[in-house]
Parts: sequence; structure tokens; C-alpha cells
Amino acid sequence: MADVLLQGNEAVAQGAWEAGCAVGVGYPGTPSTETLEAFAKLPDVYAEWAPNEKVALEVAAGVSLGGKRSLVTMKHVGLNVAADPLFSLANTGVTGGLVLLVADDPGIFSSQNEQDSRNYAAAARIPMLEPSDSAEARTMAMTAFDISDRFDIPVMIRSSVRISHTRTPVACGSRVEVGRKPYVKDAGKWVMMPANAQRRRVDADTREDALVAFAEKTDLNRIEMRDPSMGIICSGADYQHVREALPRASVLKLGVSWPLPPEKVRAFSGMVDALYVVEEAYPYFDLRVRAMGVDVSLPPTRPLPRNGELTPGIIAASFGIEAPAHRTSTQSIPARPPALCAGCPHRLVFAELRRVHALVTGDIGCYTLGAVPPLSALDSTVDMGASISMAHGVELAGGGDGHPVVAVIGDSTFAHSGITSLLGTVYNQGEGTVIILDNRTTAMTGQQGNPVNGITLQHRPSRELDLVRLVRALGVEDVSTIDPQNLKAVREGLKAAVADPRLSVIICRSPCRLLDRHREPALAVDQEVCTACGVCVSIGCPALGKSSDTGKAHINALQCIGCHQCAQECAFGAIIEPSTATEEGVSR
Amino acid sequence: MSGLDATSPALGSTHSTTTVLLCGVGGQGTILAGDLLAITARKSGLSVKVSEVHGMAQRGGAVTTIVRFGTEVASPITDHGCVDCLVAFEAIEALRNLPYLASDGVLFVNDATIEPLSVLVGTTEMPTGIHAELAANGARMLDASAIAARLGNPKSVNVVLVGALSVALPFPTSDWEDAIANRVPPKTVEANLAAFKAGRMTVQETTASLG
Ligand SMILES: Cc1ncc(C[n+]2csc(CCOP(=O)(O)OP(=O)(O)O)c2C)c(N)n1
Repeated sequence: MADVLLQGNEAVAQGAWEAGCAVGVGYPGTPSTETLEAFAKLPDVYAEWAPNEKVALEVAAGVSLGGKRSLVTMKHVGLNVAADPLFSLANTGVTGGLVLLVADDPGIFSSQNEQDSRNYAAAARIPMLEPSDSAEARTMAMTAFDISDRFDIPVMIRSSVRISHTRTPVACGSRVEVGRKPYVKDAGKWVMMPANAQRRRVDADTREDALVAFAEKTDLNRIEMRDPSMGIICSGADYQHVREALPRASVLKLGVSWPLPPEKVRAFSGMVDALYVVEEAYPYFDLRVRAMGVDVSLPPTRPLPRNGELTPGIIAASFGIEAPAHRTSTQSIPARPPALCAGCPHRLVFAELRRVHALVTGDIGCYTLGAVPPLSALDSTVDMGASISMAHGVELAGGGDGHPVVAVIGDSTFAHSGITSLLGTVYNQGEGTVIILDNRTTAMTGQQGNPVNGITLQHRPSRELDLVRLVRALGVEDVSTIDPQNLKAVREGLKAAVADPRLSVIICRSPCRLLDRHREPALAVDQEVCTACGVCVSIGCPALGKSSDTGKAHINALQCIGCHQCAQECAFGAIIEPSTATEEGVSR
Repeated sequence: MSGLDATSPALGSTHSTTTVLLCGVGGQGTILAGDLLAITARKSGLSVKVSEVHGMAQRGGAVTTIVRFGTEVASPITDHGCVDCLVAFEAIEALRNLPYLASDGVLFVNDATIEPLSVLVGTTEMPTGIHAELAANGARMLDASAIAARLGNPKSVNVVLVGALSVALPFPTSDWEDAIANRVPPKTVEANLAAFKAGRMTVQETTASLG
């Protein structure tokens, strides 16, 4: 079959499909998201978004108990959320094969940390495969199901940004039908009460030995002998960078990053004059290879960086190969970080929070961009759901030191882990204000459906979550719903909530502008009326700027969607509809 | 094909892999442009890797797509001084990515600027010598935005720039056109083919007038 260009994510989905995987479940998170989206589009499969990664893995565990193959997908920090079932599934093992795709983010392009999922494989003692391009991502997904079945264990596939989001050629095959395994009651395997868990724990050691024997033999761990003076141990994207930077070096390419094959490592070390480990962000192989008693040399010129993504150039430089000549701009180039879109329903909420000098515990989503100047409205962003629990903690520490304490959380994040946080605050009689930014979607990761909007991955009918009734049922008395595009409503709603001594929840409901592409005609600034006060510009709309000579505002008609956020901020009525403007710009 | 192809440094004998870096501002369509190049290169039987960073890079942030092709391609990413063709969809992004350009690399720049938020709100300023610096680095400027607007399809800036890029690469025009016809939405095929031609011709004309 002719090969096609697939992302690593799509290739994992394709491989899982070919392996007869019946069910896919996950929670979005860059760079993993497209895996489940691609899987959901393949024929004869069922796929769903779970409200969070723990639920996703548990659903897959149930599919496994039910005798079918399942694929679970998440980003690296999602694995923290799913870690509880993960560790115990290493004990139960599987009935139907279970494969978990986890995508890491070395370099922290779109995450809150740089954790290395290989540590989870070793800690939970779950085999992990690491593809180095999309073709391998496909075959490894198939192999992962075989390993899962054969060794009675879930299997992880670790990807990273450069695998997940790089398109490389893949030859696709057809699907094998894997029947459902018949139901057999097996409490000793699946009921992890101590007596059973203790027995399974002993079995786990036997299994580990068998997995090590597998790792020694499989050609997923491959010695490529070239120049014997230099041998490099590496995996995943780093393997490709090593091939680019040091094409003559001998390589032990580890396709299985847990468990490692000590004999193969020792054999390779004996075949080369100097052995190096090349890996990014965390010394996972390095520590383990040294623990085998094998000497690891440091790169001759300089050590590899301890953090961040590797590139061929960084590797080459460590091995004494100078970078080619290059030029740099002599200008000072302004940074261009992402910003809230023109018309984003989150914007006015942050403008108001800044105005009242609130201490704002934030969360994870597009609204994290409320931290970026000129809004600069967030005090913390740690992990999903933390906004509400941290606001409660701030209160326990004595409150905001004169600043109102407000937690801000998106709809998807609230469903992910905000509900339990809010329950904790209610239960413990906490106060303060919680704003749920319900933009009707999971915007940051590409507008996925979620339990709040009731849109499902394969467009099966579902129902919207009634946030007001849910929040009331949790025990919150002061609940209001406002339109965040209406400045007055935001201002008054926030004022009332902050003044109320009880715990208040404000639901700000207005669709993400990437969902609702509706545009009104662009507005314009009446230059005679504008006083150059700068208030409108301070809401940080990418369609609105300040003229460098007059200081007056101007609107970029191509970017403006006519949302009127800025017009509501203008105390002078200088921002007007184009119908009131004349041909040559705006004057009256 | 233009006379430029034969002397194009992009496929110079010292390189076994050609690296093209497309850079711009989120929403400008670098991904589609990268796709068109990838499809075209594969038509010539080459191996291809296309790499991009998603996530926070969207929402109007700086974006890059890296396309590498050759008989065999290892790393999907690249380093300073290693890019054979740098195609900037916006002038500030051209300067930001200038370090990636190889000393014999080709630089195409859309003669347009998009002010970052920090400039809009007045906390930083636009660089002053953008044109001079780009000219000093041998940039081939083309007003792709104006060309696209003139053709009645302002969104086709990316395909205009693909037309420009096509002049520096050794692929038959018909392969580029096939890639466009197969990749863009059916209703926009004609408009995009026109955008491609316009971009290609603009660069061929300026190259000719340089003698
Ligand atoms: C544990 C965990 N899972 C997934 C992610 C990836 N992620 C970042 S933002 C986001 C979506 C947030 O959606 P929502 O709360 O609705 O806010 P919006 O982006 O729509 O404003 C997700 C899933 C993460 N950072 N952490």
C-alpha cells in the first residue's frame, strides 16, 4: 500500500486500529490530542473523551475487564492524574489488551512542567515503547497490544512533541479482527484487596523477569554498528537527532525504555571505545546504565543541557562539531507570545479582576493567557482544578491581604477536577468567589467537546451539564450566570459576589470565538473624540492598538470582529460603528 | 522553470537533505504551505518530514513549520545556520528566524508586518530598520498580502508564498499544481492556483530584472 504522511499521533491511532483496538478513550492535552481524534474517525471503533485522565484509564480498565482492546491517550501531566489506576493496573494486569499513549513536552512548548514519563514506566513497572518516527509509532502501537496480551500488562507508548507533531511517511495496513475474550470471573486478578494484591505483586516480579528477557531479544532494541570509537544510547526523537548530528556514530537505539536490557547494554558497551547517553530533559537512561555498572562517558566538548529539547546542533556542539556560521538580527525584536483572540469572552473578566486588584488563583486553559500583559491578572497557575482549592488555601492563610480572592476556571477544567475542589471548599465552609468561564468548549487544545457542552467525540447524542444546578447541589447558595461580553454585567456580578460573605460562584457563559465564527462589522475609533486615555488598549485586544505618535487608539479592521468589548470600556464614546463613520476614516 | 533552479543553493551538493523553514504568525496558514511542499517533494520520490509546534503557539503567537526532504531524512528539526530556504510570512518573523538561515540559504519575505500585542499596547516598539536589514541579508521581498488581495482572496497569502518558494526548488510546476488541487478545499482550487502562479511569477520577474 502506498505510504502516506502521518503525524506520530495519527500513526499510533492507525496502529491501534490495525491491531483490532475496539475502544479509545482519553482527555485532550498537547501534544497528545490528535491521537484520539484520529482514532475516533476510523471505522468500527468507539471513542470518547473522558472528563479527565483518571476516568479515561479506568474506563479502559473496564474495557479490558470486559475482554476488548482499548487505547488511552493523554499528555504527560495527565499521567499524574491517571497515576492511581496506573499503578494498580500494573498489579491486576489486563484481560483485553490495554495501550496508553502518553505524550511528553521536552522544552515545555505548551505545558506547565517538563516531567519525563519514562519515570512512570519504571515506577509503576509498566513496559514502555518509544517510537522515533510515525512509521514506528504505527508498528509499535501494534506490538504494544501484543506485549499487553502476552505479558498480561498494560503497555505505554511514550511520544514527545517531535514525534506526535511531525508528519513522516507511513505504510498503512488493514485491521485484524480481535474477538472479545469471554467473561471469566477472576477476583484474584481483578479485586486488589491485600491478599490478592500480595499474590499479584509476586507475579509482577516473575513478569518483570520475562519482560527483561523480551527486551534483551527484541529488535525494538537495536544495535547499529558504524564507527566503533563512539557508541551512543538513545531513543525516540533523540535517535533521529543523533543520526543527523553524528551520522558515523554507532548507536544502541532503545525502542523499549522500560525494562532495559542489561546484557544488550553491556554488549554494546564492549563493542565501542566510548559509550555516551544522549537524552533530553532527564537523565533516565544515564542513571540506569550507570547503575548496571557500565561506564558512561561525558561528551568531549561540553555536557548536554540538563533541561529543554535537544536538537542535532546541540548534540553536535557537545561532541565538538562547531555550528555553521549564521547571522543574527541587530534589531531588538519584540516577542510574540500567544494572546486571547479578538472578541474572546475571557477578556473583560480579566480586565475587571485587574481593576478590583483581586488575588486571582488561575487554572489551565486559554484563560491562562489572562496572565500575559497588559491584563497581567493572574496570581497562580499550577495544575488543573487548583484554582478553586488554592483559593481556599489562600483563605486559610488569612485571605488576600485586602485583595478579594477569586478563583478562575474554565468549563472543561471544572469538569476535569474543579468539581471536587469546589466540594472541598463547600464542605469546609470556605468563602470567596469562583468564576467558571464557560466558553462552551475546551478551547486551548482545539475545541473539543466536554461534559459541560455535551458534545461528544463521535457526535453521539448526549446532554449538556446544568452547571447552575450542579453547583447548587454541591451546596453553593450564591450562584449567578452572566454574559461576559457585557462589561456592566461582569462589573456588577463581580462586585456583588465579592461583597457577599458566602461562597459565590459566577458562571460566565459565552461561546469561544473560534466556535462561533460570527463577525459583526469592524468598529472604528473617532480620532476627534479619543482622548488617548489608553483604557481600551489596556484590555489587550490584538485588533486594537495605540498610535505611537498621538497615543490615540486605532482599530485594525481586518482583525476586529465587532464584539464591542473596547467600546464598552470607552468612557467618551469614541469607539463607534462604521455606519457612523465617513469614507475617509472617521469624523463627524 | 526559471534559470534560478539550476543555481539554487537549496539542493547544493553539500546537502543530502534540504531544509525549508516557514515562519509567520498563528493563523497565517504556514501549515497548509508546509503540506503543499511536502506533497510536492514526495511526488519526486523523496522522503519528507514535516514538523510543527501546536498549542500555545496558536492564538496569534509566532509559529514555525519545518519541512525537510531528501533521499533519507533523520531529524525533523533544524538549527541555526542550517536552513536552505526560509520563507517568512511576516517581516518581524523573518528577522526572528534569520539565525536559522544557512550562509548560502535563500530568504523569501512577505513584505508585511503584524504588530505584536506589546507594540499595540505601547510597551515595546517595532524595529526600525526591518527593510534595510532584510535587504542586507539578500531577502527577496514580495508583497504577498497585496497580491492575494488583488486576486480577491486575501487568505491565499500562504499559497502566493508557496509560488515564490517553488522558484527555488527543483520540482516541476505541474507537481505543485497537483498538490494544490488535491489539498485545498475544492471550491478554492482555482483561486489558489492563481495565487500560486502570481507568487511564482513575481519572484521570476524580480529575479530576471536583477539580471
Ligand atoms: C492534567 C492535564 N490534562 C490536560 C491538560 C491540557 N490542557 C490544557 S488547557 C486544556 C483545556 C482547558 O479547557 P477549558 O478549561 O474549557 O478552558 P478554555 O481553554 O476553553 O478557555 C487542557 C485539556 C493539562 N494541562 N493538564
